[in-house]
Amino acid sequence: MPAAVEFRAVSRHFGPASAPVKAVDAVDLTIAEGAFFAMLGPSGSGKTTCLRLISGFESPTAGEIRIFGQDVSATPPHLRNVNTVFQDYALFPHMNVRDNVAYGLMVKGMPRAKRYAKAEEMLALVHLDAYGSRKPGQLSGGQRQRVALARALVNEPRVLLLDEPLGALDLKLREAMQDELKSLQKRLGITFVFVTHDQHEALSMADSLAVFNQGKIAQIGTPAEIYTQPKTRFVADFVGSSNLLPPTLTQSLGGPAKWASLRPETLRLDANGPIAGPVTAIRYLGAGHRISLNAHGHDIAAILPAGSALPEPGTEIRLGFAPEALHIMDEA
Amino acid sequence: MMTAIFPARSLADRLTTLFWRKPKLLLALMLTPPLLWLGVIYLGSLAALLLQSFYSIDEFSGMVVPEFTLKTYAELLRPQNYDIILRTLLMSAAVTLGCAILAFPIAYYAARFAKGRWKAVFYLGIMLPLWSSYLVKVYAWKLILAKEGIITWATDATHTSGILNAILALPVIGGNSLSTSYIGMFAVFTYVWLPYMILPMQAALERVPTSMLEASQDLGATRAQTFRTVILPLAMPGVIAGSIFTFSLTMGDYIIPQIVGNSANFIGMAVYQLQGTAGNIPLAAAFAVIPILIMLVYLALAKRAGAFDAL
Amino acid sequence: MRSDANPNRASLPLKLAAIGGLLFLHLPILLIFLYAFTTEERTYAFPPPGLTTQWFAAAWNRPDIWQALTLSVKVASVATLLAMILGTLVSAAMARASFFGRDQISLLIILPIALPGVITGMSLRSAFGIMDIPFSTLTIILGHATFCIVIVYNNAVARFRRLSGGILEASADLGANAFQTFWHILLPNLGTALLAGGMLAFALSFDEVIVTTFTAGQQATLPIWMLEELIRPRQRPVTNVVALIVFAATFLPILLAYYLTRHGSETAGSGK
Repeated sequence: MPAAVEFRAVSRHFGPASAPVKAVDAVDLTIAEGAFFAMLGPSGSGKTTCLRLISGFESPTAGEIRIFGQDVSATPPHLRNVNTVFQDYALFPHMNVRDNVAYGLMVKGMPRAKRYAKAEEMLALVHLDAYGSRKPGQLSGGQRQRVALARALVNEPRVLLLDEPLGALDLKLREAMQDELKSLQKRLGITFVFVTHDQHEALSMADSLAVFNQGKIAQIGTPAEIYTQPKTRFVADFVGSSNLLPPTLTQSLGGPAKWASLRPETLRLDANGPIAGPVTAIRYLGAGHRISLNAHGHDIAAILPAGSALPEPGTEIRLGFAPEALHIMDEA
Repeated sequence: MMTAIFPARSLADRLTTLFWRKPKLLLALMLTPPLLWLGVIYLGSLAALLLQSFYSIDEFSGMVVPEFTLKTYAELLRPQNYDIILRTLLMSAAVTLGCAILAFPIAYYAARFAKGRWKAVFYLGIMLPLWSSYLVKVYAWKLILAKEGIITWATDATHTSGILNAILALPVIGGNSLSTSYIGMFAVFTYVWLPYMILPMQAALERVPTSMLEASQDLGATRAQTFRTVILPLAMPGVIAGSIFTFSLTMGDYIIPQIVGNSANFIGMAVYQLQGTAGNIPLAAAFAVIPILIMLVYLALAKRAGAFDAL
Repeated sequence: MRSDANPNRASLPLKLAAIGGLLFLHLPILLIFLYAFTTEERTYAFPPPGLTTQWFAAAWNRPDIWQALTLSVKVASVATLLAMILGTLVSAAMARASFFGRDQISLLIILPIALPGVITGMSLRSAFGIMDIPFSTLTIILGHATFCIVIVYNNAVARFRRLSGGILEASADLGANAFQTFWHILLPNLGTALLAGGMLAFALSFDEVIVTTFTAGQQATLPIWMLEELIRPRQRPVTNVVALIVFAATFLPILLAYYLTRHGSETAGSGK
């Protein structure tokens, strides 16, 4: 069975060929059917361009994109069986919610009664049954988001693209929507591809994800792989927070002369631990404390769970960790 | 199982695909008709104007001689033609100044203090006179300025006719009645172009953040100091932008000097009369080139002063 | 804070000057209303010795006024239609991503209205002369459409800018082809701005006199008719009535254009 989306050496360069801006640079990517796939990265890393390459609003300057095995290089957006939930939702302001949702069916020529029935069905799925006659302007942010979702899903796309789908929502609503999206995706079995700059969102929702940096994929894998075994300093730093250890420090801790990553929550107070130095700051986190110490000129952070005895600032302490917590990175 | 690609079903689908693959094609299709129109009809006409200004007229037959010559331009330097140009420029400058002074309180109030309903009142109050019929406005002033009109009536009623007569007795700008004097002409010009000055001025003033004025007051500046050192410099781009309109419009107008005033000639009138009754199209064209040149210089200066941001 | 220097309250002189300025803009126009009813035939005497409605009937029975009015409506309608098509096309193109020559094109659009009307008129006159094109209704329309394009353009381009490109992409994303997107999405969202632009273009064309004098030949639009009356008055009270008609014919479309666009950031008419 072919993959839902496949990138083969895809590039999207802008500007003159002599000095191109490489928004996406020679990306290889395979998204399996039925996956909940996240594209994570800082702004300008190329993740949104990748999404637009799938929907067809950008065309690759090199390489090939396949959707369910079919080359889409000659297919415009409106003929791709792929739908998008836009970042600002892009609801049609002059149509009511029902017409917005039924729009995709209308332009494909479905009779009015049938498309309205389907639209209502889809609105029920996103808990907006009673809102069909409202205009988008009369809805809250969360409701608009769900209309955008219903409007895309009613077309039964083979791939649903979501561009920062939760970015405009407040924290509580965002967490509720995360669960809702996840369960919706399981129920419908449609491949979801979503773009986000929020690592928590990517880690908690996706079943596999790609981390983008400067137009390239820095690492691709499951959330657990990305978190525990970051391949590069960029990934270790961008996904979660991490102590990045230069080769000399790694070596002094018993590892090879390579960069390593040490997650703060893996460190604990240990009188015989290998990391020693004075405490420079203590910060209360609610679920614990964050302690900073200076080990031979390097700042090291540790997160101690609530209830642990806290050292005084300025005192010398030692920290230890389980051997497997020290993650060695291959990157030079 | 549905496929990932829908087939193109109609010509519309195929055309959409074509536009998607070649976005420049759609752009070209959209731009061609308007550019053809403006390029051929408008630029073509401007070229024709320029061309004819280099022709001359045969003094005996009155026919246009289609041969390149600078003779026609030399004619502009004759005293009576030179006077026309100077008179037009002076009037344009005076009108621009008059508009700027009258416009300021309106623009300032509308930008800073008018809120809610009053904002709408001011907006419509400026917009309606701007767009309402030019000729009707001029006509209204013909009624106002007439010897038997409302101004004479008002001065009689308030026993101030002495002042009016004293003003009319002034040399050069005075005259037999308001409607046959430069003062009257100046009033009509100022009235007709005033909204063109108010709008860019208001736009420039609206961009002055209130906090900046408060900061100035906070630092101990008096109202007058705040006005001179903060408001006025920030309003300047708007004034210059507005002056582009008032200056250009006055310079090219030939209706008002024809209806109000002492029948002294202005550039616009000269163009109209030369191409019409006099039949001297080359000289008319050469006259018409002057406002173009002046405006080009004016626009270049205004651009340097940053006035285009206020448009 | 000093009581005389509250920066958020206008001083009395400023208030008076502002309101005085607004009155200065409007009172002369109101005078036209009064004069349309005067019984005085020969002069512009104020106050009118008496009031009558007889001049409306007199104007109604004047075939030359009807002729001029018909021509003006015809010219303004066709010029507006042409300007709407051309203005919409060029604003749609200009709203898209930047391309080579964009600044030059925007200058070209604005030029017919940035340069004094006498130049546009004289230029067209020269071109018609060189090419031996006889004056006709068509030559009037040609001139009017040229300076009306910018009016439609100004209104449409502002709306295009406000219209998030997102909804056009959303439409394509949902399966609509370019024509469906134009019909179902673009036109409804652009509609009021286009209509407002059209109204303003109509008002501008209906009232235009400077360019028209160069391109009309022997024909008279209503403003030309009025201009002749102004220079050589024949029947002043009838002219007063015509002034009122011309005022109404331009005033109403402007007011309508305002109400069509007042909720947007790009209220119509900010640039004439």
